[in-house]
Amino acid sequence: MSLAIKVEEISKQYRLGLVGSKSIKDDLKKYYAKLNGQRNPFEDLAEENDRTTQGQSNYVWSLKDVSFELNQGDALGVLGRNGAGKSTLLKILSRITSPTSGQIKLNGRLASLLEVGTGFHPELTGRENIYLNGAILGMRKAEITSKLEEIVDFSGVERYLDTPVKRYSSGMYVRLAFAVAAHLDNDIMIIDEVLAVGDAEFQKKCLGKMDAGIKDSGKTVVFVSHNIASIQNLCNKGVVLSNGKLTFDGTSNDAVQHYLAQSFSNSLPEIIFPLKDQDIQLTKLQVLDQKSQLKSDFSLGEHVYLNIEYKVNSPLKGSNICLVLKRNGIDVLCSFDGDLNEDNLNKTDRGNFQYVLKLPTDILKAGLYTLTLDIGLIGIGTIEKHDEIITFKISELNQLTTSKGYAEERAGILYKQIEWNRTSI
Amino acid sequence: MVKEQNWTKIITAKKSWWDVDLKGVFEYRDLIGVFVKRDIVSIYKQTVLGPVWFLFGPLFTVFTYTFAFSTIAQIPTDGIPAPVFYLAGTTLWNYFQSCFNGVSSTFRGNANIFGKVYFPRLVTPISMMISNLMKLGIQLVVFILFCIYYSFQGKVDVSLNVLFFPVVIIVLGGIAMGLGLIVSSVTTKYRDVSQLLGVFMMLLMYASPIIYPSSSVPEMLKPYLMYNPISPLIDFFRFSFTGAGGYSIYGLLYSFCFAIVVLFFGVLLFSRAEKDFMDTV
Repeated sequence: MSLAIKVEEISKQYRLGLVGSKSIKDDLKKYYAKLNGQRNPFEDLAEENDRTTQGQSNYVWSLKDVSFELNQGDALGVLGRNGAGKSTLLKILSRITSPTSGQIKLNGRLASLLEVGTGFHPELTGRENIYLNGAILGMRKAEITSKLEEIVDFSGVERYLDTPVKRYSSGMYVRLAFAVAAHLDNDIMIIDEVLAVGDAEFQKKCLGKMDAGIKDSGKTVVFVSHNIASIQNLCNKGVVLSNGKLTFDGTSNDAVQHYLAQSFSNSLPEIIFPLKDQDIQLTKLQVLDQKSQLKSDFSLGEHVYLNIEYKVNSPLKGSNICLVLKRNGIDVLCSFDGDLNEDNLNKTDRGNFQYVLKLPTDILKAGLYTLTLDIGLIGIGTIEKHDEIITFKISELNQLTTSKGYAEERAGILYKQIEWNRTSI
Repeated sequence: MVKEQNWTKIITAKKSWWDVDLKGVFEYRDLIGVFVKRDIVSIYKQTVLGPVWFLFGPLFTVFTYTFAFSTIAQIPTDGIPAPVFYLAGTTLWNYFQSCFNGVSSTFRGNANIFGKVYFPRLVTPISMMISNLMKLGIQLVVFILFCIYYSFQGKVDVSLNVLFFPVVIIVLGGIAMGLGLIVSSVTTKYRDVSQLLGVFMMLLMYASPIIYPSSSVPEMLKPYLMYNPISPLIDFFRFSFTGAGGYSIYGLLYSFCFAIVVLFFGVLLFSRAEKDFMDTV
């Protein structure tokens, strides 16, 4: 098996803050050092990229000594929290920016999809934009012409092909853009979370198309997504980035486990949100046990309680809080505050409010669970969204489950035993 | 020991001055075509008169110049009718200016595309140059119509030198593109430069024989204006279409060499800047 991508100790340094007279001074120092054959003086100053603490230096390493290899036909999922360096890695791989040190060797034609519909011009028709976008992504004109019919079919906007795209609905626009991208036929594909668009049916179609592309044609894929399930589906390999460093390199399933465990170890059972200038906002989120103690490690069959506090800054109507619980990246349940009690949607005055919920975790298997919370206004949309903001763990503490069907590593998400009564017939 | 395989592309941190990806530009030649088409189509879509609008600007300018500089200020026009004199200068100057302005804002104007996908960045300024040719073509048609009209009246004298006009356009375009590339590379980091451009362009225009003939420049100023690489091109262009004034073969050679040098440095600087301009722009 030959290698398609070999990343050798790449690092990327960024300068924080404003570009101004200081940057000219630093540049002059850098050139002076270079003229005298010295190292770049600012490389030593740079610090690890941890955005939560205020650093000493203005220079940070967004990526530091990252190395990995990918065989032809591999699909790599890149995991990491926001700011871990995923986007920087993709940008360097797709040659949008260059690394500060290290090198990447590639074998094959590379195409990157960091966005769908790059370069779309609103005044041009659908057909013209297919050519424009295709050419930007590196397709030859003849190649686009030969695939035009397929692209149009896939997008399902045939009727509007000769209409300027500014008259398209946002759904049609995305479909057309994705259709072009899905017909790229390069050896190496770099894909950012572009699938986070379009309606559910279309997303499924895209995932199917990608899956087929990866499995059949021997394409090499680097895929970044917050959707752990799609990484598990599409990728066979995975890496985890944390503060610019590679902390795991292995199969995608192991990488997901590592990523979740890592976010669990960083996660406290309580989050206090900073105050913001908006009509409604979350202020506090706590994970509690039934004695109202903060806790993040539960045992099988135990109930998990949540304390959600929020603040209304100006009287409003139709506010809606949504909670999604995921186990190892896969959705388990979704709940709205108005589900049982529609009064919760009525006019709310200014003030602080609190919900205490009991999650039905007694029937859930062991594993790492994350909570996604968003708060929105009906008819207006999401005000704030916190993806997988808090993590808790359910462990099979004193139970011997390895031989059981409801063991953590076996299929399924429910911790429910079923009676199997045998009778002779 | 693993056998080192052949790699099709190696991305490194090293920045070489000579790393110009002309092969890549050739591979993306279809993109140049598509960009040109986009520029042209998007300008006149939803306008009734379409490309005819490109005529109004220059015609209005020529009318103003004739009124202000010829009728009121009585600046000589080398013995040819004022409209055709000014049209010769402004046709070339407009091409120079729109090429320079377009190319010099390459990085800032396309940051959203450049930040999402890689293609050889030189594709953008090259397609900019080509789409500006269309505007030039329209203005040239007007200029030629004026020339024909006045030559029937015997007021202008078209010579065979007009056959060299594509060379004039190429050299002028080369200077515009070279300067534009240098400016665009510098402004990625130091935005201040773009503030100076407006002033610089105005100075350059008045230092070129657009509203006055080269023959009316006082002797004491001539040595300085000689260094303006645009003047010989305008003089030659005007002379070949109208027979007014004259031209200097050394001046033309100077313009040609200037274009080569500035284009060379422009492409080198640009290729160097394109690698990590996204971090600073």
